[in-house]
Amino acid sequence: MGGDNRSARVSLGEYIMQSETDVLVVGGGVTGTAIARELSRYRLDVVLVEKSPDVCTGTSKSNTALIHAGFNADPDKQKGRLNVRGNELYHERIQHELDVPIEWRGALVVATDESERPKLEELLEKGQRNDVDGLEILEREALLEKEPHLTDDAVAALWAPTAGIVNPFELTVGFANNAVENGASVELEAEVTDITKTDDGFTVETAKGEIDAEIVINAAGLYADEVSKMVGVDDFEITPRRGEYYLYDKQFDIDIDTTIFPVPTEVTKGIVVTPTDEGNLLIGPNAQEIDDKRDKATTRQGLDKVLNGAQKTVPDLTKKDVIKEFAGLRPAIKETGDFRIQIEEEVPGFINAAGIQSPGLASAPATAELVVDLVEELRGDLEEDPAFDPNYSGPPKVRHMSHEERAGLIEEDARYGQIICRCETVTEGEIRDAINQPVPAQTVNAIKRRVRPGAGRCQGGFCGPRVIEILSEELDIPMTEVKLEEEGSELLTDEIKQPLLEKSHESSEVNADD
Amino acid sequence: MTESRQAVTSDVDAMRREEHDLVVVGGGPAGLGAAQAAYDEGVDDIVILERDFELGGILQQCVHPGFGLEYFEEELTGPEYAQEFIENVAERGVDIRLDTMVLEVTHDRTVYAVNDEDGVTEIDAEKVILAMGCRERTRDALDIPGSRPAGIFTAGTAQRLINMEGKLPGEKAVILGSGDVGLIMARHMHLEGAEVEAVLEIMPYTGGITRNVVQCLEDFDIPLRTQQTITEIHGNDRVEGVTVQEVDDDFEPIPGTEYEIECDTVLLSVGLIPENELSVDAGVELHSVTGGPIVDETRETNVEDIYACGNVLHVHDVVDWVTEESMIAGRSAARSLQDRVETRKEPIEIESTAKLRYVVPDRISTIDPDREEIPLYMRVHAPMEDVFVTLSSGGEELTRTFERRAEPGEMVTLNVDSDTLAELPEPRLELDVVQREEA
Ligand SMILES: Cc1cc2nc3c(=O)[nH]c(=O)nc-3n(C[C@H](O)[C@H](O)[C@H](O)COP(=O)(O)OP(=O)(O)OC[C@H]3O[C@@H](n4cnc5c(N)ncnc54)[C@H](O)[C@@H]3O)c2cc1C
Ligand SMILES: Cc1cc2nc3c(=O)[nH]c(=O)nc-3n(C[C@H](O)[C@H](O)[C@H](O)COP(=O)(O)OP(=O)(O)OC[C@H]3O[C@@H](n4cnc5c(N)ncnc54)[C@H](O)[C@@H]3O)c2cc1C
Repeated sequence: MGGDNRSARVSLGEYIMQSETDVLVVGGGVTGTAIARELSRYRLDVVLVEKSPDVCTGTSKSNTALIHAGFNADPDKQKGRLNVRGNELYHERIQHELDVPIEWRGALVVATDESERPKLEELLEKGQRNDVDGLEILEREALLEKEPHLTDDAVAALWAPTAGIVNPFELTVGFANNAVENGASVELEAEVTDITKTDDGFTVETAKGEIDAEIVINAAGLYADEVSKMVGVDDFEITPRRGEYYLYDKQFDIDIDTTIFPVPTEVTKGIVVTPTDEGNLLIGPNAQEIDDKRDKATTRQGLDKVLNGAQKTVPDLTKKDVIKEFAGLRPAIKETGDFRIQIEEEVPGFINAAGIQSPGLASAPATAELVVDLVEELRGDLEEDPAFDPNYSGPPKVRHMSHEERAGLIEEDARYGQIICRCETVTEGEIRDAINQPVPAQTVNAIKRRVRPGAGRCQGGFCGPRVIEILSEELDIPMTEVKLEEEGSELLTDEIKQPLLEKSHESSEVNADD
Repeated sequence: MTESRQAVTSDVDAMRREEHDLVVVGGGPAGLGAAQAAYDEGVDDIVILERDFELGGILQQCVHPGFGLEYFEEELTGPEYAQEFIENVAERGVDIRLDTMVLEVTHDRTVYAVNDEDGVTEIDAEKVILAMGCRERTRDALDIPGSRPAGIFTAGTAQRLINMEGKLPGEKAVILGSGDVGLIMARHMHLEGAEVEAVLEIMPYTGGITRNVVQCLEDFDIPLRTQQTITEIHGNDRVEGVTVQEVDDDFEPIPGTEYEIECDTVLLSVGLIPENELSVDAGVELHSVTGGPIVDETRETNVEDIYACGNVLHVHDVVDWVTEESMIAGRSAARSLQDRVETRKEPIEIESTAKLRYVVPDRISTIDPDREEIPLYMRVHAPMEDVFVTLSSGGEELTRTFERRAEPGEMVTLNVDSDTLAELPEPRLELDVVQREEA
């Protein structure tokens, strides 16, 4: 891997972060990382601080992963304009630059009753006004040919060939790694706790020390309101809106090729049925406003709603072959229902990228472009860095190779012949690569996001212990300190005194610290 | 997406190519038994491909005693039981490849395996025996709502962590499911100093064998609560507790019966799923109840020359039956290779009433002069006492066996004489369970 900036890597030691920078980005979700990467195009000192031990642990890790075509985008809203531009940028640039799975599967909005037809026409017109290419109305026969598992009630659908699916983990990690390769720093476990305005910028307090920054960009997702309050901008609030999902096994008898939406109503966009980039089927999300920004629990009612909603378009779906349930929280500004990407006038130098609810993923490259414009507005013209390299590639994906390709790769490096995750065919080489990336994987979930061990049908039952072992070895920490995700999510508690011996009675002195 | 890097390797052909008479996929007790039996029947070009660093399969993590009571007539631990067979195949010079994972088996028996020494090897096999065992059902397959914190493990993973890695997965556990692995882990966690708050079972009865209920729970005062299940898991980073509810006869939670248990760990022992992804890709048809291949009495699947045995075929409660079954598969594959069996013009279909969950095999399709009897393995749907399992054909009873207690967790075996099969009224066998008349 190209980058020599390994600052993030040392986060566990005595490391002290740099004390000043031109631009500080708060939050390592898809928004913050896309911004950091776009800024790394220029001769600017860029630092991204993220409170978790990895990037992509917030909303960016649990969503539907769609690059919306933009037919339903509202041109009067920031989120509508950025969606359309974002889709364009994914087509024109991102898919060629980043080695990240993006597939243009297309989307269908399926009417299941003649009374819904006018709504399809309306969406078609709206989409055409937004310059979305290739839109057309498909009649029942063409529709069922495309998606044989669709309900018999289907009468027609809007077809949007430019809609896509993306792997949101690899995308976020890809933005972050590419930013670091181009000279930006990503500081993990560096929660921003306070921001003070100074004469020539800000002093930002983080869990990893203080840093002075001329410009601060707030991309803190669900916590963007709190970060914004730190500089006194407190006229908006983020309300979490939860969406829940079922994910199915790859080996599943219902093949769905495209992203299927029901016709949206006033109250809801409806439940989506979509393939993922890895060939699983995903259904969801519902939408429920909640109070607790940490509450990513799934609920019986929510999941039932998801399944019932999905059956509306694909009636054969059941709970059989579900391998995972999960939930994500949309960071919504209720009052406007829109993104809030702007320089805050009362605090020059502070840019909010807040309220990034759906379609934040689809918009991310455009959001980054817009934020760079805002930075330019503050600093004057930015000078391009001629050394900037937009191209990034991650570890090889052994599971996607042919037998011949695998054989060749293993001949070069035997670690790609050692399979750790059996369900997803992930090798030791890929796992060690993930740990040694510019933005290193330091937790079990961070590895899973990058290279997928444990993402398969056994959900880590077999490979979990091996992954913990490799992490403990590479990071040089005891196995009991290896975390699943956040602080406090250590996977193992105690060491057993005598492994392999079935001991009886008092094992009270099992030692807690290694 | 990733075309760029495919070019790196496509111009070199680094693949190894081999041919063998018999390839066994999986070196657990099933694979070992099959290889040993095939060798003893006269086949000596045998390869076992095992993805783990050692042979023995799941037995290597089962350090408790309770293995071999049937086969060796003495009580061994899992590793001891495995050791016997590991030595047997080693003595016979079977080609054993460890750390070698089979990636694909095609319907015409080309096997692709990978390891870090040989890279990818392509093997043309005359016969393939599938012996991949099973994996545990996870929390997600169960659809328990709630948060997704650390501290939720399958019982087998917990067993592996304790026995092989020397790590305790938690200090205060609730165990969901009373299958044998769950019961054994309840005792194990208790002995390692963890508190086991309860074992919960959604069914009205345990899924494990009686011996384990007594020796693992009752002896340690660990409560077993039947017809209860976890309806929510709490905790953001680490498990903090679970909500438990009673269920009705349709397994629906009964409102108003909720109560909370504080714990930092949830162990799941909620069933094993035969590991058949390779089989399906090879075109092997699976049985809707067992989740394993549909096989005839030689354990041959619908794909010619591909056999299956052990837990990949159906989940066995004791390993002794795995051994018996794998020897049938190994021996049959060898005899078929040597053209020593005759195919029946019309296979004998085996059917059963609703009282039985399933029967293996599904049919009898060969005639083998050296075979005296054919064992039929089956499981009942619900516990029953004082019953006969009967075998008939065309309304005529052929044989029966008595069971004082038949439980879903304990396999029932009935042997059919080869002679009986020679003169059946029709090419069909029917199994039933009948209550013994009250005396
Ligand atoms: C159910 C659901 C479905 C969705 N479907 C889609 C879809 O199909 N297509 C689409 O385009 N969009 C979709 N979205 C929206 C999309 O996921 C989000 O808009 C996007 O991920 C937001 O990214 P972000 O970087 O702004 O926020 P996040 O990913 O939440 O990142 C914010 C980061 O800031 C960090 N942070 C917070 N506070 C601090 C602090 N004080 N100091 C340092 N770091 C901090 C957090 O740890 C986090 O990593 C969906 C969202 C949901 C919930
Ligand atoms: C946790 C647990 C506790 C048990 N306790 C008892 C007990 O107390 N008493 C008792 O009698 N029985 C017990 N059993 C049952 C007994 O251990 C099993 O029935 C027996 O091990 C099944 O043997 P098998 O060979 O079919 O499967 P396994 O033992 O699972 O062996 C399958 C082997 O195949 C390998 N494999 C799978 N896929 C591939 C691939 N693609 N490439 C290469 N190799 C592959 C696996 O690595 C494994 O080694 C227990 C089972 C479990 C799961």
